[in-house]
Amino acid sequence: MDFHLTDEQRQVEEMVRGLSRKEFGPRAAQVDEESRYPVENHRRLAELGLLGMLYPATFGGSEADPVSYAIALREVAGGCASTGVGMAVTNMTGEAIFRFGSDAQRCRYLPMLSGGKGAGAFALTEPGAGSDAGGLSTFAREDADGYVLDGSKAFITNGAHACVTIVMALTRKSPRKISAFLVEPGTPGFSVGKSEHKMGIKGSDTVSLSFEECRVPKSSMLGAPGEGLKIALSALDGGRIGIASQAIGIARSALSTATEYARDRRQFGQAIGEFQAIQWKLADAATELDAAQLLVFRAASLKGKGLTYSREASMAKLFATEAGNRACHAAVQVLGGYGYIREYPVERHLRDIRVTTIYEGTSEIQRLVISRSLVGQA
Amino acid sequence: MVFDLTEEQRMIQETAREFARKEVLPKAAELDENSRFPEELIRQMAELGFMGIAVPEEYGGAGMDNVCYAIAMEEISRACASTGVIMSVNNSLACDPILKFGSEEIKREYLVPMASGKRLGCFGLTEPGAGSDAGSQKTSAVRDGDFYVVNGTKNFITNAPQADTCVLFTMTDKAKSHKGITAFVVDMKGKGVSLGKHEKKMGIRASATSSIVFEDVRVPAKNRLGNEGDGFKVAMNTLDGGRIGIAAQAIGIARASLEDALAYSKDRKQFGQAICEFQAIQWMLADIATEIDAARLLTWRAAWMKDSKMRHSKESSMAKLYASEVAMRAAVKGVQIHGGYGYINEYPAERHFRDAKITEIYEGTSEIQRLVIAAALLKG
Repeated sequence: MDFHLTDEQRQVEEMVRGLSRKEFGPRAAQVDEESRYPVENHRRLAELGLLGMLYPATFGGSEADPVSYAIALREVAGGCASTGVGMAVTNMTGEAIFRFGSDAQRCRYLPMLSGGKGAGAFALTEPGAGSDAGGLSTFAREDADGYVLDGSKAFITNGAHACVTIVMALTRKSPRKISAFLVEPGTPGFSVGKSEHKMGIKGSDTVSLSFEECRVPKSSMLGAPGEGLKIALSALDGGRIGIASQAIGIARSALSTATEYARDRRQFGQAIGEFQAIQWKLADAATELDAAQLLVFRAASLKGKGLTYSREASMAKLFATEAGNRACHAAVQVLGGYGYIREYPVERHLRDIRVTTIYEGTSEIQRLVISRSLVGQA
Repeated sequence: MVFDLTEEQRMIQETAREFARKEVLPKAAELDENSRFPEELIRQMAELGFMGIAVPEEYGGAGMDNVCYAIAMEEISRACASTGVIMSVNNSLACDPILKFGSEEIKREYLVPMASGKRLGCFGLTEPGAGSDAGSQKTSAVRDGDFYVVNGTKNFITNAPQADTCVLFTMTDKAKSHKGITAFVVDMKGKGVSLGKHEKKMGIRASATSSIVFEDVRVPAKNRLGNEGDGFKVAMNTLDGGRIGIAAQAIGIARASLEDALAYSKDRKQFGQAICEFQAIQWMLADIATEIDAARLLTWRAAWMKDSKMRHSKESSMAKLYASEVAMRAAVKGVQIHGGYGYINEYPAERHFRDAKITEIYEGTSEIQRLVIAAALLKG
């Protein structure tokens, strides 16, 4: 039991915090206001080795441990939540290619992802397949030359800016078999649809994708035929550590604004931080965020050791995103009217954090994962 | 960042879990029913070194760390919360302040027998008029040569009826308010010390709680912990550690609620299936399990910080606040999952509910923990 960060983890924390405070934070309000994908942030992440954190340098990665990754993502999201989710999905895509890809696939895509040539995207969700991810209907018909994809994907983060997208599709309808494909932009029959107008994380690129007679070579399959769902679930275990960290980053920023405000703002002749009504909110938020952070570090640390961590990742994601939402609500309340206007960042934090209990597995799906593992226990 | 237990921590976890399952758990319902102090268990725990886990061996303790202490507390409290608090008070509130603030002579005389479990300790801070406002002590200590003469009443004192030794807080200089508080080690069998009302409680019934009356009790000056006026510091410092113990107790109670409810939900069939198949029940189980893990990590972090000699007031308060509220939520849900069976004492769920409540109150209410945390945040 040792709760110290290692030297490497501390260095990552310092470097990314500096970057996020100096560059991402100051731009975040404008990125949100204009719903603009912050391509300059993406470039900076690439320069600092933050887009390929989970694979080795031979493929252009920076091979950080999962705790360092969680710290980096938290710090980026603390400045700009949209940049945070873009970073999370690019890292997740790269990690899946590293873990399941052929050497040719690794050599082609991983340096592109870590070098910032484009983002990575992960296309699992469909209009009719959300929490029930296994119920997807995009079909990949095999013929002599390869596969022909038909179908559509929804709510795909980084979809318009991706240099490679992992696409999950059925390769057999009965019994159902799902396989994963690596699809590049410009492939005939592959098109990017409408960009969604969202409540928050407005600087993140969220689009639908459609595949019409989209022909891909056999070599574009990631992993073996029928391995798609396994690849997806494994990627999501890691992805959940990322989203949990994103939530903690957003919520910590909100709490820090609220704490500072409570110190300065005077009503009834004293700083509002002197009132227990305000103190309670701050104390509860800080306690829950510390607990959330420890759950995330535990899951990341298990992952780093190559142990199973599905339940722990679900606990971390469930707890961090729910606690983060509560903390952002409390922060808006502490600021009162000022919490509701865009002069202060907490209204953005509240809009940004709302999605974290939804994507990469809703809170309800996390509870299913957790309770199944409990009930399955002797 | 290393979440693995050390060899020693794993060993005490196994030992405590085994002992709790074999010796403590089968007695818990009876102890509660009869409000009986588990003398035989305390004797056995003394043999295992559980009465002074983090006290160095040279002073009669087991010489382990505070994470070990938290681990053992959780396991014992999983089986019986009353036995847990008896252990916690002896470890954290009686041994720890003497270890930290007592002279060598006092350590030899009082700490060695307590840490080895031959004698039992209690902690006299609360008074009828001084609960959360611990600084408003009325019990007085007046210097008289090599002695102090103590007069006053302490109440809600855990272990008082069985205790041999009391770490007692008194006012030596009223004008200085909380800076006029002085702590002593007092012999409970001494002249002028008597037990007052024995409380009947909602839960933790096997732990005895009573008031103590001090009438012209002559306490040797050498029994003072620290200097005159250091008492508040001694109390707060001690409670920083005590809160780790209570947080661990709360986690033990929460685990009992969860494990019992989980087993019940797998057996109980309604609407043609085990009730654990319903999402309504699954949600409760998932939330409790997640919150228990979060509470344990906060608690182990605070214990680790204490071991690493770092300041840990805020972190202890976070652990105690969070773990105790988790224990209460877990107990509420545990009863709910059992339905009518959760309300009768044929099942332990109702005992967990009654036991959990105290953890939000003693050693600093949830409200006091929030004050400590908020003050640390706002100070920045």
